[in-house]
Amino acid sequence: MSDIPELEVSRRGLLAGSAATAVVAATPAAAAPPPQTKAAPMMPVSFAVNGKRETLSLDPRTTLLDALREHLHLTGTKKGCDHGQCGACTVMVDGVRINSCLSLAVMHEGDKITTIEGLGTPDKLHPMQAAFIKHDGYQCGYCTPGQICSAVAVLDEIKRGVPSHVQDDLTAKPRATNIEMRERMSGNICRCGAYSNIAEAMADVAGENA
Amino acid sequence: MRAFTYERAKDASGAARAVAANPAAKFIAGGTNLLDLMKLEVEAPTHLVDVQDLGFDKIEATKDGGLRIGALVTNTNLAADERVRRDYGVLTRAIVAGASGQLRNKASTAGNLLQRTRCPYFYDTNMACNKRKPGSGCAAIGGYSRQLGVIGVSDACIATFPGDMAVAMRVLDAVIETVDATGARRAIPISDFHRLWGNSPEQDTILKQGELITAVTLPRPLGGKHFYEKVRDRASYAYALVSVAAVIQPDGTGRVAFGGVAPKPWRVEAADALLPQGAAAVTARAFQGATPTKDNAFKLPLATRALAAVIADAKA
Repeated sequence: MSDIPELEVSRRGLLAGSAATAVVAATPAAAAPPPQTKAAPMMPVSFAVNGKRETLSLDPRTTLLDALREHLHLTGTKKGCDHGQCGACTVMVDGVRINSCLSLAVMHEGDKITTIEGLGTPDKLHPMQAAFIKHDGYQCGYCTPGQICSAVAVLDEIKRGVPSHVQDDLTAKPRATNIEMRERMSGNICRCGAYSNIAEAMADVAGENA
Repeated sequence: MRAFTYERAKDASGAARAVAANPAAKFIAGGTNLLDLMKLEVEAPTHLVDVQDLGFDKIEATKDGGLRIGALVTNTNLAADERVRRDYGVLTRAIVAGASGQLRNKASTAGNLLQRTRCPYFYDTNMACNKRKPGSGCAAIGGYSRQLGVIGVSDACIATFPGDMAVAMRVLDAVIETVDATGARRAIPISDFHRLWGNSPEQDTILKQGELITAVTLPRPLGGKHFYEKVRDRASYAYALVSVAAVIQPDGTGRVAFGGVAPKPWRVEAADALLPQGAAAVTARAFQGATPTKDNAFKLPLATRALAAVIADAKA
């Protein structure tokens, strides 16, 4: 028996709460909306990945990310949050960066997909890969493939004049400034906190191209 | 994710018929919100109709001097369009204040209007939520409500419409064009498009099952200075606590709508008329009858201050 009445009450509350949870867990039909449906038939899909034509037969639920990693074994693209919040799964589709976790593979019939494996190789690095190494733009490296795909696409977006939140004059062409890089890269999270070095790597590459 | 069948529609009325025929079917465009919710089983459609081939990906001038934006124009392409940047700056500003570069490349104009609330109780399938499961209650009322609505909410739901683009479109008096399974078309002013929750928060908009958005039209440009002031917990890639979309004319008159506060972009035309009297007068009228919680009462003075910043910028 506890000497502290508040503690006693909260313990009882906690037990009551746990019992209620157990009841709910034991009757999933009451809580879950539709009954478990049978898997839909597999669907064919064909797209080019890093210049190579690929044809797959997939459950329609398969995301582009899972098709790349689990079916084509291109494991450079990473699964972080699987909800479009972290950017680890960033790839380019028809030249534009997207979150591959929030796109169904079957929606990409005929598309041209570029992953980190298609940007460069250990023997022939993409300039952005070389700049990430030079500027120490990563620590654990898990977010890096997404960061690099995003960074390459960001410089292209700046070149094409896609506007950003930090632009003062919307009718002017954006410039590859530090604040522009930081704003445009906000969909790529790095829990090691390599952000300032990533922005420097990008500035380096942008300068070379200028 | 629950199993579903998938088809790629060839024409708009065929797509509308396919979704109208099955109450558990949905359209999919960019998929950035729908797939997120399907992974959590907040949404569980049994059939998806992909509308990407319908050709609604162009922005065209209308004969009365405005723009018709195809339903499938991506957020990035809409924000980057030269005419939008020049004549409808509030819209570009609002779009680039939302989401991330990757999401804006995929998210569509129609999908952005149809995105669902980000109320954490809607996302958590262990919680009571009248919007996700009608009649189950609302855990947000009496729960953690800092991010939630302060006006236009009900006893059944206090969620907000989370978007930015639509707040700018509300200031611009955009019109949403749709087609249904019978081929009937309608033009819906954006002020009527999103519902107040009332007793049926599961219904976000006035669209019928199978009614497909084909375009959003903007009337001729308003001139004036365009602003989208978004206040959020991070400098980028976060939902608004409060946002202000405004077009202010040289004489101090104008239009203003607020985001992050209500089930829909919040604009009160009678409050617009008070712009020359300053921010406090406008928000006193726009938020008349507000029912904030202890957690989110800060949104009311924040809206006044955000608008005051916009008005000061307009004068500068």
